[in-house]
Amino acid sequence: MTVETTVRRPSRLRFPDRPVAGRAGASFKPEHLPEIDTDPSFHGFFEVHAENYMGAGGPPHAALVAIRQRFPVSLHGVTMSIGGPEPLDRTHLARFATLVDRYEPALVSEHLAWSTHEDVFFSDLLPLPYTRQTLDHVCAHVSQVQDAIGRPILMENPATYVFFPQSTYAETDFIREMAQRTGCGLLLDVNNVFVSATNHGFGALDYLMDFPLDLVGEIHLAGHDEQADDEGRPLLIDTHDRAVADPVWALYDTVIRQCGPIPTLVEWDNDVPDWSVLRDEANAAQRILDLHADRYLLGKRHAAVS
Amino acid sequence: MPRSPEPAANAGTGFAAGFAASLLDPGRATPPIVSTTTGGRADRRYAVYRNNVTTSLADALADIFPAVRRLVGDAFFSGMAIAFARAHPPRSRLLFQYGHDFPAFVASFEPARDLPYLADVASIERAWLDAFHAADADPLPPQVLGTIPPDDLPAVVFHPHPALRILRSPYAAFSICTANRDGREPDAPIRGDVAEDTLVTRPGLIVSMRRLPPGTAAFLLALVGGSSFGAAIGTGFADTEEFAPAEAIRIMLNAGAFVAVGASRDRPSE
Repeated sequence: MTVETTVRRPSRLRFPDRPVAGRAGASFKPEHLPEIDTDPSFHGFFEVHAENYMGAGGPPHAALVAIRQRFPVSLHGVTMSIGGPEPLDRTHLARFATLVDRYEPALVSEHLAWSTHEDVFFSDLLPLPYTRQTLDHVCAHVSQVQDAIGRPILMENPATYVFFPQSTYAETDFIREMAQRTGCGLLLDVNNVFVSATNHGFGALDYLMDFPLDLVGEIHLAGHDEQADDEGRPLLIDTHDRAVADPVWALYDTVIRQCGPIPTLVEWDNDVPDWSVLRDEANAAQRILDLHADRYLLGKRHAAVS
Repeated sequence: MPRSPEPAANAGTGFAAGFAASLLDPGRATPPIVSTTTGGRADRRYAVYRNNVTTSLADALADIFPAVRRLVGDAFFSGMAIAFARAHPPRSRLLFQYGHDFPAFVASFEPARDLPYLADVASIERAWLDAFHAADADPLPPQVLGTIPPDDLPAVVFHPHPALRILRSPYAAFSICTANRDGREPDAPIRGDVAEDTLVTRPGLIVSMRRLPPGTAAFLLALVGGSSFGAAIGTGFADTEEFAPAEAIRIMLNAGAFVAVGASRDRPSE
């Protein structure tokens, strides 16, 4: 295994230590910054796509500094191409490690997907077959990222539209073994579970029962579009361009009731609405977190005394 | 990387090559390595990825080149952007670095040949985004020039700000670009065949674009190229007799085009 060398700054925190436990957050969109600045009602966290902050300077970094001063930040990598067979791009990995070092994010995550092949960047989260060989590649890549940043990452389950007949693992088994071998945590995207379950004809609850929920460090919620496949069956598309669908809220409620409060992000990346709309969507997730936080603590206390 | 034709090896490492081959080529069939869970055809399913890739890249270009898009209309721009994306997919994972070769593509794009200024407008917009993401640096304080003994001034060299970009066009690219970026009507009708030079700077957090008077672009480009102050003034006059050095110096200091002065031939600075 390759160990990346990074320059470590002193352990002194340059930003306030803002905990993310039990909170709901929203995608950070720079156009929302003026409204966020004057909104005292939001106490969640913000998630940023790491790549948008890989320029040398300018307004993106100024905005992220301002957000990081007031809120916990989740750093979400999109283009590491961990799921691809090619070696990771060391330049990109170094940029990612620099961001982790600079902004001290509460959460760091990436995707079980690939996006670059033979130097061409496809700007999409592409799927992989689940086999012994792809598992070896993914685990080596996850370990390489974790070594470079000096902390575990959360790996996100994908939304997929095709099936690979060569796959020899169920997705949940693949993810569990990846986590066991690398020590990574998991980012459970509940919308992706619903989208993939619909697209591939399995039960979303069955998937969640097979999923290693005890390793989940963050949850994603998002909106999706509905189209049709070649056989006329519903084909859901993970579009992040609208409110979270009711069945996804129901699944989310089930997960939180089962697991207790887990930091939860509402993603909205296309047709981005006013800040108040996105904030209200995050607050809807916060209400579910708060509701089950009380029950969960009560349940734990009962369990402790019984 | 050597690839084996055997399915087992294909599942391990070759899947990405097989999957990627048809993403940017609508004439190629759906890769045989994908299907529905019951083994059925996955053309519409694979098309989701095809569409995601081309739409994502075309949207990125639309964000980078809003004036070009406004000039040609959404449908024309989308067609041109998808044609560009298929011929020149990004080599960087950072989409804000995409499209440096888009202006050259626009210049050779046959359907756009009635808009000869379009490529130069695209160059200005690409420079705007370069400046937006450039490293932060404090511009040269305007009073610094006054502290240099007059006899030493001709030999002084200037170090450019990381955000500095200078663009020359035989067309009114600056006026056309700015009128179509902020959506405001220009004060006077734009004469497209009047040559315009554009200065892009970012002294703080706000990108600034201004039209340069005659000879100033040649003067500033000479400074960026390492010419001494005296030599660059000569370059300005060689470009046009209308060159006005005092105005050019005032513009470069006000715009924050440079960060430091030094002595030429590597003599100690200050």
